[in-house]
Amino acid sequence: MKKSATALALGALLLAPALAQVDAAKSSVVAVSKQMGVPVEGRFKRFSAQVSFDPARPAEGKASVEIDIASFDLGAEDFNRETVKPEWFNAAKFPKATFVTSAIKPAGPGKFEAAGKLTIKGLTRDIVAPVSFKTEAGQQVFEGMLPIKRLQFNIGEGEWKDTSTVADDVQIKFRLVTARK
Amino acid sequence: MSPAIPTLGYTRSAIALHWLIAVLIFCAFPLGIYMADLPFSPGRLKLYSYHKWIGVTVFLLAIARLLWRLRHPAPPPAAGLPAWQHVASVATHHLLYVLILAVPLSGWLMSSAKGFQTVYFGILPLPDLLDKNKELGDLLLQVHQVLNFTLGALVITHLTAALKHHFIDRDEVLGRMIPFLDRKK
Repeated sequence: MKKSATALALGALLLAPALAQVDAAKSSVVAVSKQMGVPVEGRFKRFSAQVSFDPARPAEGKASVEIDIASFDLGAEDFNRETVKPEWFNAAKFPKATFVTSAIKPAGPGKFEAAGKLTIKGLTRDIVAPVSFKTEAGQQVFEGMLPIKRLQFNIGEGEWKDTSTVADDVQIKFRLVTARK
Repeated sequence: MSPAIPTLGYTRSAIALHWLIAVLIFCAFPLGIYMADLPFSPGRLKLYSYHKWIGVTVFLLAIARLLWRLRHPAPPPAAGLPAWQHVASVATHHLLYVLILAVPLSGWLMSSAKGFQTVYFGILPLPDLLDKNKELGDLLLQVHQVLNFTLGALVITHLTAALKHHFIDRDEVLGRMIPFLDRKK
């Protein structure tokens, strides 16, 4: 009984596509917010992701992304000093943001919808990210733009709740490229 | 070459543009100094935007003013004005024209280099003329400051000279720009 369970697990492991790490140099996670109507781009410089995906069997695919919140870079030091503070990301208490897929389904040629749980600042929300998929030189490329509301994740507390200065709508643009095996 | 009737005064449009630009500069200049030292807050972000919008407005009005000026020359200098004062006045006016364009332009370029696009009234995005570049952004901040303090010094010169004309020379120079002070009326 125990033996067969092990064999089954082993078999499942062999059958399932292996979890691939991402190629950090080619991948990016960028958040675009608007301040007084001005689009401002912030880049998460450090993140890791594991992806296992076969476009022929999307339902079996899965992905998880873990983002180092303190690596957020808006390109201006005074802004970067602010975003780690408790009112914004509270990076000391919530150092990681994560996204874990729960279901992936096709949505047209080369397009998929990745439903999953997005956790930022300790708050988890169910989201559906539109993803386009292609293969480039043996590497899988996943790209998409996920609109979120920052206040749903408590990003911007106190006086920053005011959305007339910093809009509630934030776009997360991602590009994940799997590492070569 | 010169028109049959010499232009003795400024046109109403020139006067309106002069005062509009003056009032906007008197808002934007202290605002710029004040906002730079504020702690990071929504108020600070708002003031930066207002400052930029005022600057864009000055830039547009300055273009209108220069185009108008090309077709409508300034009135001649006050009678009996010493030559050096005439030269100084022409130089100051020309530099003021340059600066009401250069100051907002330097701010616009600085915003681009610092990676914060200027969006007029939060609606109309101005093209970024420069790519994001930290060193260039810091340099342009200094350029913006130097141009502003030059503008400030010239405005003080301009004001002092106008008051001197009105209260010491008791001529019509200030009245040309402030019609209700016109001594000839």
